[in-house]
Amino acid sequence: MLVISYIVYLVASICFIFGIKKLASPKTARQGNQLAAVGMLLAIVVTLIDQRILSYQWIIAGIIIGSAIGAVFALKVKMTGMPQMVGLLNGFGGGASVLVAISEYERIYFGTQQFEVNTTISIVLSVLIGSVTFTGSLIAFGKLQELITGKVIKYPFQHPLNGLLILGVFIVGVILIINPVNIELLLIITAVSLILGVLLVLPIGGADMPVAISLLNSYSGIAASMTGFVLSNNMLIIAGALVGASGIILTIIMCKGMNRSLLNVVMGGWENAGAASPAASAASPKGQVKSIDSEELAMLLDSVSSVIIVPGYGMAVAQAQHAVRDLMNVLEKKGVKVRFAIHPVAGRMPGHMNVLLAEAQVEYDKLLAMEDINDDFPNTDVVIIIGANDVVNPAARHDQNSPIYGMPILNVDYAKTVIINKRSLNVGYAGIDNELFFYPNALMYFGDAKEAITRLVNELKSSS
Amino acid sequence: MEGLTLLMQIYVFVLAIFVGFELITKVPPTLHTPLMSGSNAISGITIVGALLSAGVGEMSISTILGFIAIIFAMINVVGGFLVTDRMLKMFKKK
Repeated sequence: MLVISYIVYLVASICFIFGIKKLASPKTARQGNQLAAVGMLLAIVVTLIDQRILSYQWIIAGIIIGSAIGAVFALKVKMTGMPQMVGLLNGFGGGASVLVAISEYERIYFGTQQFEVNTTISIVLSVLIGSVTFTGSLIAFGKLQELITGKVIKYPFQHPLNGLLILGVFIVGVILIINPVNIELLLIITAVSLILGVLLVLPIGGADMPVAISLLNSYSGIAASMTGFVLSNNMLIIAGALVGASGIILTIIMCKGMNRSLLNVVMGGWENAGAASPAASAASPKGQVKSIDSEELAMLLDSVSSVIIVPGYGMAVAQAQHAVRDLMNVLEKKGVKVRFAIHPVAGRMPGHMNVLLAEAQVEYDKLLAMEDINDDFPNTDVVIIIGANDVVNPAARHDQNSPIYGMPILNVDYAKTVIINKRSLNVGYAGIDNELFFYPNALMYFGDAKEAITRLVNELKSSS
Repeated sequence: MEGLTLLMQIYVFVLAIFVGFELITKVPPTLHTPLMSGSNAISGITIVGALLSAGVGEMSISTILGFIAIIFAMINVVGGFLVTDRMLKMFKKK
């Protein structure tokens, strides 16, 4: 019996590996996800026939309740709410790891078995990582859902306090490993780790969320791996390690996209980040800002041959993706070549813009990554920026005093004309003015993204 | 013996991380969100541990913790796979 379950666990692990492999192309990705789901189903079914399971009423109740909640979440969530959704799911994964680890500890504690050193170590790590993932993800969810301010939150003694707590968990953990029959110590570790999760994510600002979400994703995988160590189950170790690796890679990509170290992001970001400080604008570039209205813009777009659209978080906030798709369609009808340039950290999570535009039925081969399209800006007639700011600020290329200096940006200013759709001249996340607005080839097109783009589309339709 | 088991598990862990790195570097940026939500669902594999905790028979703290863990893990698994499928359905080429 045991042999059969181990063979099925191996098959499930292979399903996960090939499932992720198929995510390498949008053509096979859906199939890959389904393959991974089949692997999960196999793992659950074979566990259910395990001899150690004696009663099923709690199991059935738990499966029904959990599946129902998960299905409602998955089917109800809007595409713009996807970052919150992923944040929340990370949290539940972490939470499950903590509960399983404590439950396993209880079982040994009240049972006849002895604690083995490696089991205790795994339990401590599982509780630590799982708890940080759980509360950290809930805070990330709160920030993305705007239940908590998305700004950088600083609190007194931030770094010494966190350092002390981490040291505390470490010391209590070592004591527990040496002397494992002490359930209070495990509960202390759990409590402190839960607090740590809150304190570590609270300072991270809104636009740094892609990093935080990726990192928490990685943690949830590592927590699952640790549960695998607790239960001596290789499938859990493999599945968790795959997810852990995925989260780490995404974290690295996101950090590179902002030219910042992970440490810098985790510590709480730029000096002025998130704070719309008037002091910043006083020292910033000044000049004439030119604006354009929808009628003039429609006329301008009537005589061009290539357009690149640069979407940012503002498009997601305004839910303007369908209006943007209409703009693409009406321009293409006029024979204009339309493409999209996606900065790696645009939005609140990796790939955020791609999902929104896919929802609006923009074909994915029109969405180009920064390195694939950056050389094309000089040959482009018009760039339309919709709700992006810091990722198109040319100061990142040349102004060594700028906090975003060195960050890779989309070279939109090399295009013949740059249209910036924005609600106001306010600063972006980095808290600095964007000198692009004052460039001679830049024109501001003010208004809420959805409303302004719809207006432009109507203008273009009536003029043709 | 016990030390050897642990060592074998560390082997598996390290090798799986390398496999993960190889696979995930090939995922294009356009699929990064589905990659996250899909891999997230895979991390719900802790369900296996939760099932074992909740099914031990007699009513105990372990059972209750296992029960809650099942709910959490199933939200993760069902929510993750379904939402990923919903997203991937939308990715189309001309």
